[in-house]
Amino acid sequence: MSENHKIIEIEVLRYNPESDEEPHLEVYKVPFSDDMSVLQGAQYIKDNFDGSLTFRWSCRMAICGSCGMMINGIPKLSCETFLRDYYPNRIRVEALAHFPIEKDLVVDLSGFIEKLESIQPYIIPKEPRTLAEGEYLQTPKQFNDYIQFTSCINCTLCYAACPQFGLNPDFIGPGAMALLHRYNMDSRDGASASRMELVASEEGVYNCSAVGYCSEVCPKHVDPASAVNINKANAAKDYFLRFLSPKGGSK
Amino acid sequence: MDGWWKKNPYFVEYMIHESTALFVAAYVLVLLVGVIRLGQGEAAWNAWLDALKSPVSVLCHLVLLAGAVYHTYSWFKILPITMPPVIVGGKKMAPEVLTGSALVAAAVAGLALLGVVWRIAL
Amino acid sequence: MTKIRTRSNAPIFWGLFGAGGMLSALFVPMMIFITGIAVPLGFLLPAGTMSYPKMLAFAQNFIGKGFIFAIISLSLWFCVHRVYHSLHEFGIHAGMGAKLLCYGIAMIVTVICAVHLLGLGF
Repeated sequence: MSENHKIIEIEVLRYNPESDEEPHLEVYKVPFSDDMSVLQGAQYIKDNFDGSLTFRWSCRMAICGSCGMMINGIPKLSCETFLRDYYPNRIRVEALAHFPIEKDLVVDLSGFIEKLESIQPYIIPKEPRTLAEGEYLQTPKQFNDYIQFTSCINCTLCYAACPQFGLNPDFIGPGAMALLHRYNMDSRDGASASRMELVASEEGVYNCSAVGYCSEVCPKHVDPASAVNINKANAAKDYFLRFLSPKGGSK
Repeated sequence: MDGWWKKNPYFVEYMIHESTALFVAAYVLVLLVGVIRLGQGEAAWNAWLDALKSPVSVLCHLVLLAGAVYHTYSWFKILPITMPPVIVGGKKMAPEVLTGSALVAAAVAGLALLGVVWRIAL
Repeated sequence: MTKIRTRSNAPIFWGLFGAGGMLSALFVPMMIFITGIAVPLGFLLPAGTMSYPKMLAFAQNFIGKGFIFAIISLSLWFCVHRVYHSLHEFGIHAGMGAKLLCYGIAMIVTVICAVHLLGLGF
């Protein structure tokens, strides 16, 4: 490293459950080059100042969804957020909002994982299908109906962005709804009615107030806000028409 | 979550556009008073009309108008989220185009209303 | 452990909110302009646009009555839905009491509006 490196102050919210009463901020003076990401800044801190700094990361290229953090109060992937854009101001790095902090920048995502599991995230065929019938065929239009929602990398920036999830952690939330919508909109799937119970429940889509910040922060342009809000109409249809259908819709 | 909405300009704007519902409600309550006065006879109705002429009333209505216009704008700005995707020629309509078209439709609706009122007045 | 889920009754209020928000977004700005600014200040529209005979005839007309009722009632349902959810967002979790108060107000305004509009006759 050259001696002419700029120094940026990175303020990190630290928390060690074994020794700390509550989280506290610590400032590190980190030398950086213009190509360094916030993730690399965290790695520098861990390598040179405090080896106990704990954070999740993997791919360094915004596809694994591991490195989400609050950067100056905004949920971002730290691997695609660059220190040069904040210099010379101090940059504040904290664990993703609305989740319990396990340690430092690592949050407890078990609730999110449970939500993903609860929506039946797999193709449930409309009717039984034999191998002899061959593969499913989809037109480009059928493909476009759901493909956008397959881009989700489970980074949970949308949950950190969503004030309704912050106020009510039982809300199924944007990411799980994007995945749910992905399956409902897939022409191979026939289980929309079965997923409706969750959508229409007290924990479902009506917790959403169309703030839209989830779609703003999504690094993969999944548009979870759309997935949630389209399903408000679907749930309303289910609510008002449930007695007309011979199967009675969802209970 | 204390003061969460103050911490991000996106949320501040959200709270502002949510509040425009109060401006709309305030106006329709003025209308409701008018409906009641209409039922009380010509003298009562004219008194209500006269009250609308006061500078305070006109000023208040200008404020309510600003709120109502922002309601219209913000309502259609989130239309790309609240509506299913609009497919034109095999491609999804861009959010700005959808919002723009909706605002044009809103302007047309307003002008149509003006036209109807004009016809009634003549 | 299968979680027992209860169905939300939100669709009723959400539907009224959506209808009110859409209707007010399309028509309320122009209505404020007409009744609150143009007519009181006497510009653009003919004199006597909101005269007693004309407005009575409008409100006695089936369509006119329906329009006035829809604008006033649905705008209130739109507003109270926003207010109720804003309470939650401001950290005021007043539960069923707040729900009854908010939606109760919209119901009361709806009833008052209907009674007076029907009282004007056809």
